[in-house]
Amino acid sequence: MSKKNDKKFSLNLGQLTIPIIAILLLVLFNLFRDPSFFYIGIAHNNDGNIVLSGNLVSIINGASELAVLAIGMTLVTAACGGQDISVGAAAAIAGSVFVKILKSVPSINGFTVLVAFVSACIVAMIFGSFNGTLVAVFKIQPMIATLILYTCGRSIAYWINGGATPTVDSPIITAIGSFIPGIPIPTPVLIVVAVAIAFKLLFHFTSLELFTQSVGINGSAARLNGINATFMKLLSFILLGVCVAVAGSIGVSRLGLINHETLLLDVEMDTILAVAIGGNNLGGGKFKISGSIIGAYVIQMLTITLYAMKVSSTDVKAYKAIVIILLVVIGSPVIKAKFAKLTAKSKFGQPKQPAKGAD
Amino acid sequence: MRKFKALLLVVVLTLTMVLGACGSAANSGSGSGSGSQGGDKAPAKSSDGPIKVGVVNNPPSESGYREANVKDMEAVFSAANGYELKTFYNIKNDEQLQAAQGFITEGVDYLLISAAETTGWDEVLKKAKEAGIKVYLFDRMINVDESLYEAAVVSDMSKEGETAVNWLLAQNLPEYKVIHIQGAMGSDAQIGRTGALDAQFESGKMTKVVQQTATWDEAEAKKIVESVINSGEDFNVIYAENDGMAKGAVAALDEHGITHGVNGKVIVMGFDCNKWALRELKAGAWNYDGQCSPFQAQIISDLIKGVKTASSKIIINEEKGFDAKELTDDDINTYGLGE
Repeated sequence: MSKKNDKKFSLNLGQLTIPIIAILLLVLFNLFRDPSFFYIGIAHNNDGNIVLSGNLVSIINGASELAVLAIGMTLVTAACGGQDISVGAAAAIAGSVFVKILKSVPSINGFTVLVAFVSACIVAMIFGSFNGTLVAVFKIQPMIATLILYTCGRSIAYWINGGATPTVDSPIITAIGSFIPGIPIPTPVLIVVAVAIAFKLLFHFTSLELFTQSVGINGSAARLNGINATFMKLLSFILLGVCVAVAGSIGVSRLGLINHETLLLDVEMDTILAVAIGGNNLGGGKFKISGSIIGAYVIQMLTITLYAMKVSSTDVKAYKAIVIILLVVIGSPVIKAKFAKLTAKSKFGQPKQPAKGAD
Repeated sequence: MRKFKALLLVVVLTLTMVLGACGSAANSGSGSGSGSQGGDKAPAKSSDGPIKVGVVNNPPSESGYREANVKDMEAVFSAANGYELKTFYNIKNDEQLQAAQGFITEGVDYLLISAAETTGWDEVLKKAKEAGIKVYLFDRMINVDESLYEAAVVSDMSKEGETAVNWLLAQNLPEYKVIHIQGAMGSDAQIGRTGALDAQFESGKMTKVVQQTATWDEAEAKKIVESVINSGEDFNVIYAENDGMAKGAVAALDEHGITHGVNGKVIVMGFDCNKWALRELKAGAWNYDGQCSPFQAQIISDLIKGVKTASSKIIINEEKGFDAKELTDDDINTYGLGE
């Protein structure tokens, strides 16, 4: 993990260059392909509420779970220099707990939903700390450590569900999964905003960001400076657990149904990609949450674009792979260095990146 | 060292046997409910003690279908109906073979098999025949000579699709603009449920608005329908190859203010007949739900007791399809899967 003082781009976006370029390219592509792609309509849904509709709404709404997971994954990546591949399975567990509690209470109201969510959170945090302990205490590589839960997580969810696909039917759940009456913006989008703000505040009022980065950049140096590296790693997994519970609960609320086999299936790969597209170093260290969130929207926009082009959903993954290879290669240190050399030769020179990151 | 290894081997083997025995004992003990399926006929052989039946099946955790299948078996082959039931559930063919072997050694009267794989069963079935044990296959065929089993009670997946499409044709819509959401490509259920609809697309009777696989994923199904709605294309039928995907599709319709179900603009069709899905049907939110019937136990029981005789070796289980307008609460309780 030699953190070379790599040269910065001429644009002052730093880490966010790649995700922003990616999203601009997708926007341009869609503008040429079919400008009506960006049409935003106002409609009445079947509950009689006024709601926004259109591809853009679908993208931002559909990427909610991914965005929330990407936030947590960024922290884990930064602190541990590895990724948690069990988020999908853990979300299935959290979703199952959420539904299980809701089904066992006599009536579903705001309070019971809160209880169900908190229970889901606690369970997800326990599983998060299980992963975290393996990684932080036993120093197992994150991907191997989380492989355990990745393998057995959906079976655990199966046990919680008793083998069926239980459904919950309540106006509150519908409101969480789609629209709150009177608010035309999909609720999952609002939840993403809330989670993002919560993390922003957490970074603002604590040294979490700085500590996480120092642990990721050089664990022993951080320890010598009095930072408890083990705790920071564990904490990152626990915070990811909260994100997992949020994502699982959103996923369940969208349909009012928990299917442990399909809930957020393969989301772990998309989450890691979102972190990568966001320009974060997958080997740990410096990170930007905003990059990962944009990364999540890039992935979703790609998917929706392909659907709008009526690409067969079996082929979607292949096309996605091509675009993502391009993005990751462009964002790779080798290309970055080449690009920096090029710009250095031109008149821009080497503008120094302002030393930001720990505010 | 060699002695130690031998000892270790013995210990491991003993453990496996003990655990195996525990497993099957635990399995055979469980399972109740859905008693409505069980026949009320007096046991034919009540005088000579219960009929011993060994069932080798896939585990109930495999799917909602399998869960209903296992429950049905346990309900029909119950002590009350004059049976002594031994069960073994595993997803691995090897384990299933061993269990079948075990049942033969124990001396059951009948062996009922839903195999994990179609091959490898010759030896075991021959042994069963030698021992005078009658074999019935259910749900899944096995690649062996017909003489080795009494009868096979199986589903015809393409018939299930045909039943659904015939129902759709009987609705006499002026035009059929169909969103077709497929299951995991290549699975039996997908091929069977797609076939009949594809034939309609080819004949031009129905128009394919979009045909996409959501690999049984509810959220993916929602995305597919959303993309059609956003493109502004018109459609009036959603043919989803399972209940979950139909629910996903309906969620997209609800969010965009498109009416569906009985008296709605869009006809919604699903498969599997989960109880919750049938309740949607009853409420008029969906129009049709088809089922690949997991209930083979009664047919086999009738054959064993001689109530009915098999006209051929292969018995095609009748596939059900429910119309929202004709569905009764009884149907939901009798045929619905899960809770």
